[in-house]
Amino acid sequence: MISLKAKVGGIEFRNPFLLASGILDETYYSMKRVWDNEAGAIVTKSISINPSEGYLGPNIYVGRGYVLNAMGLPNPGINFFEIELEKLKKDKIQIIGSIFGSTVEDFVYLAKKMAKYCDAVELNLSCPHVKGVGSEIGSDPDMVYEIVKGIKKEVNIPVWAKLTPNIDNIVKLGMAAQEGGADAVVAINTVRAMHIDIKMKKPTLFNKIGGLSGPAIKPVGIASVYLLKKNLNIPVVGVGGIETIEDVLEYIMAGASAVQIGSAIVNKGVGIFHLLSEELYIYLKENGYDEISSLIGIAQD
Amino acid sequence: MYYITKVEKVIKEGEGLTTIRFRSPFAAYPGQFVMLWLPGVDSIPMSLSYLGDLKGVTSKSIGDATRKIEGLKVGDIIGIDGPLGNHFKIRGKKILVVAGGSGIASVITLIEYAKSLGKEVHVIFGAKTKREVIFEERIKNNSDGCIITTDDGSYGKKGTTIEALPEILGKGFDEIITCGPEVMMKKLFEISLQNNILFQASIERVMKCGHGICDSCSFGGFLVCKDGPIFTEMDLINNEEFGKSRLDRSGKRVFLK
Repeated sequence: MISLKAKVGGIEFRNPFLLASGILDETYYSMKRVWDNEAGAIVTKSISINPSEGYLGPNIYVGRGYVLNAMGLPNPGINFFEIELEKLKKDKIQIIGSIFGSTVEDFVYLAKKMAKYCDAVELNLSCPHVKGVGSEIGSDPDMVYEIVKGIKKEVNIPVWAKLTPNIDNIVKLGMAAQEGGADAVVAINTVRAMHIDIKMKKPTLFNKIGGLSGPAIKPVGIASVYLLKKNLNIPVVGVGGIETIEDVLEYIMAGASAVQIGSAIVNKGVGIFHLLSEELYIYLKENGYDEISSLIGIAQD
Repeated sequence: MYYITKVEKVIKEGEGLTTIRFRSPFAAYPGQFVMLWLPGVDSIPMSLSYLGDLKGVTSKSIGDATRKIEGLKVGDIIGIDGPLGNHFKIRGKKILVVAGGSGIASVITLIEYAKSLGKEVHVIFGAKTKREVIFEERIKNNSDGCIITTDDGSYGKKGTTIEALPEILGKGFDEIITCGPEVMMKKLFEISLQNNILFQASIERVMKCGHGICDSCSFGGFLVCKDGPIFTEMDLINNEEFGKSRLDRSGKRVFLK
């Protein structure tokens, strides 16, 4: 009996293909649409305490084999977002609440709110283009430790720490998250990057610096997941440049218990979740596996 | 991918209403839009008000980006990402086009296209005042009848497009196509349902990425940038947000008046 189910810590998903944070996940309607298209779970847009409009445009540049974005973490703030979360909960949609802040207290406050509706919280410790939050605090292992520990002390909800690759050694961040009590780490967030329009003779993004995603960053993601899996005892969720079932299997063999899909939606649409589920089923069947668990980290050592 | 091009013409169409014309390498259909990059200011969605070789967009000055468009000069450099979104698909033989305010910019090419296909085309165009009545010649040259209304009565009939509707609804239209304030479009939709008339509307929302990922232009389960901006009666009939709510720049839902 073949099962597509995936487990991250104590949470079970109907398949390992979760929607990555930041993509089609600001409204109940769009998150429901992705769920109805068979995503394993939905990771929400990163939510802060107060509303934020994000940056002016261009916010995005779609290049050859990559996507570059600097949205600037726009979100309606947790109070307004609760309206969307309530509807999702009513529909029994499995949600991971992504949150960001600049202090331990911000994160604890947001995690408490999210705990009412979500299976877990994902800490955005890794957005590479907004001042005072994201990777600016998430590059400091002590801060990662304090934030995770602060939440675990006060809230009874699984905590996933989403890590930045914009650092010499991502394992240091993973160790800090694990010591703080994190239930899983998520790797990677976008890679700090820029595109210059040579005719305009200017950076394309309004914010100049943005985050790189899509196939271009997959090898960075694979190395990060591999190293994290090797050095940690908690599960790793893989994200970065996944478009095909081969990409998915590569992440699983590196050590990912589940994966997240984001930028691939630009070219493949939300149908990608269903497609990958079918392809994973065929792979497992043809290769004599009942589930992905025996493949997780198989490329280690 | 932005195509970098120059402003070839700037036309003051009316009060605060400016058209810029530019060359671009793509073909586009009526109802499609582009993201217009104004370096250092913003990148905003604009419906194409001219197709063909020298394309154009027509903007109403309401914010920083649109005021920048008003101030553009011939030779200024702009970036164009497009054409984006779907387009009008003419299904009827006898078509009523209803435009409100700068919404005329989205449907003017549709009016010309429908006429070129030999359809019977009637237009109701409502503006606040005479100074905002634009494209009058283009409308009149490409329609079988045109009613212009102004809120203050300074030109055409005094009143709104909806108030002008009863006098021509009896002509037996089989399709209504509209762009304008959403509350107006919602009323028109109700009228089209009561009268069994096909319906298409061009919808506007805050749009940031233009490529179907950021969710800023969420519209009751659709994305205006990818699934729209043109929606038919099938898309609208159970849409909880049509005529009711939209997102602000932060993603907070606000209700339409």
